[in-house]
Amino acid sequence: MAYAAQIALTAPASAQSAAGGWLRTVAWNAFPFVVVGAIWEVVAHAGVFPPLLFPPLERVVVTFINLTVSGILPLHALETLLRLLSGFALAAFFGVLLGLAMGRSRRAEDYLLPLVSTLAPIPGLAYTPLFLLWFGPGDLTSVLLVGFVSSFAVIYNTWTGVKAVKEIWLRAAQSMGADDRRLFRKVILPGALPYIFSGLRLGLAQAWRVLVAVEMLAAVHWGLGWLIFGSRRFLNTDAMLAGIVVIAVIGLALERLVFKRLEDYTVVRWGMMGSGT
Amino acid sequence: MIAVMERAAANLRSLRRAAVALLAAAAVYEAVARSGLFPAALFPAIPAILTSLKDTLADGTMLMHAAATLFRVLVGFAAAIAVGLPLGVLMARYQPVERFFMPLVTALMPIPSFSLVPLFMLWFGIGDVTTILIVFYASAFPMVINTWTGVRSVNPLWLRAASAMGADEKALFRKVIVPGAFPFIITGIRQAFLRAWIAVVGAEMIAASDWGLGWVIFDAKEFLNTDVMMASLVVIGFLGFVFERLVFGTLERATVLRWGMMRLARG
Repeated sequence: MAYAAQIALTAPASAQSAAGGWLRTVAWNAFPFVVVGAIWEVVAHAGVFPPLLFPPLERVVVTFINLTVSGILPLHALETLLRLLSGFALAAFFGVLLGLAMGRSRRAEDYLLPLVSTLAPIPGLAYTPLFLLWFGPGDLTSVLLVGFVSSFAVIYNTWTGVKAVKEIWLRAAQSMGADDRRLFRKVILPGALPYIFSGLRLGLAQAWRVLVAVEMLAAVHWGLGWLIFGSRRFLNTDAMLAGIVVIAVIGLALERLVFKRLEDYTVVRWGMMGSGT
Repeated sequence: MIAVMERAAANLRSLRRAAVALLAAAAVYEAVARSGLFPAALFPAIPAILTSLKDTLADGTMLMHAAATLFRVLVGFAAAIAVGLPLGVLMARYQPVERFFMPLVTALMPIPSFSLVPLFMLWFGIGDVTTILIVFYASAFPMVINTWTGVRSVNPLWLRAASAMGADEKALFRKVIVPGAFPFIITGIRQAFLRAWIAVVGAEMIAASDWGLGWVIFDAKEFLNTDVMMASLVVIGFLGFVFERLVFGTLERATVLRWGMMRLARG
């Protein structure tokens, strides 16, 4: 998934070298949006649908600016990001820990894998009502649920990564006198890191998806999911669309900026992975 | 021979440990449920869950809910394949198509499908249309991206060889491009279904009425029917597992594995 997304994101770059000149690239990339935007405008102004339900783009832009200037939108976004980070931190910590244990010890693998693979195939959101009953509506539920749901991708990938460390590296390091701790820090962890990163990446993407939905269900008072869901009640379709735009931008930024950077600094620099571009 | 026996013994041990782990987890759960630490309404004992699973299966309500969910997921998923597959092929084969759709796909893909649920509820109301469209939205992108990647990864040598032997565009497409891209397409279908399955449960919680597994879970919360909730969770997990392993696993074995284009990951 992350791989596919990466391909998708690098496509414009290859079009660029073919067309020559970034201006043409920008034009090529902007063109489809202009077409879709124009169709939207025509439909919105044609009066086929009530403007409350299908606002023209200029209304959405004005609402977006108003909400941003008044600080409402940034506050919602901040709240959502805080929840995302706390939930994801839980998943990253416990996920990597469990994954490492399962990769290193046959015993841990035998005991933990059945539990993980029993719980993993149930879509994360399906646990929402259960968590709501157990932990009550609010922040605790959303953070715990996000952590719980996104930890599976981290566990699986870390586990695979540790198992993918070549036996010969381990033996070479051992014969050169590496003790267990050094073996772990200098061989296993770097060797498994590309997998761990892709697990974290997948986990973060899942966390993001789930969080938006959980915010709608968990009756929190701030957050982008709540903003969208709450706007429905007052038919604020423009605010809803503005919220969706922010969600898309944050999702893209998380994927592109955070993880790309992290990978460039570590596994790409060590020559374990191509930079993807 | 000895190696085989050793592996068999190790497998047996893994199996025993798996059983121990599951039983231990069940025992801990049961102990907590019966200890009275939490109200029984919130933390039903396993027999209660099983009884409620049996009852709802016997009177057919669970089957109806499952049928409603499967209907929504399959229609949305089929539409995603019907649109995503040709679009992915066209994008990979014709550059203007790629140039037009790639930026759109890149921009729309990171929008979680759930964030569209409130909007679709306003536009299409509560019920089947909204849930099916959400499923479609969630599963179309993996389909497009994987098909696109697959068709682009078809060895150009095969294409030239087939053209040189006189294959026209249609034959080229049917005999070379589709089989060549099939491992990717299957991966796309699998990812698409996974997404569809997640999306349908979420969409049903918010935007369905009366029927659907997602709706049951959410509705059960209102009446503190935690046992019904757990029973539905079991059904959801079971159905997802059946599709993932049986349906798509079989599909994979019948096509790309048999053609020798992919090997099983685990021996």
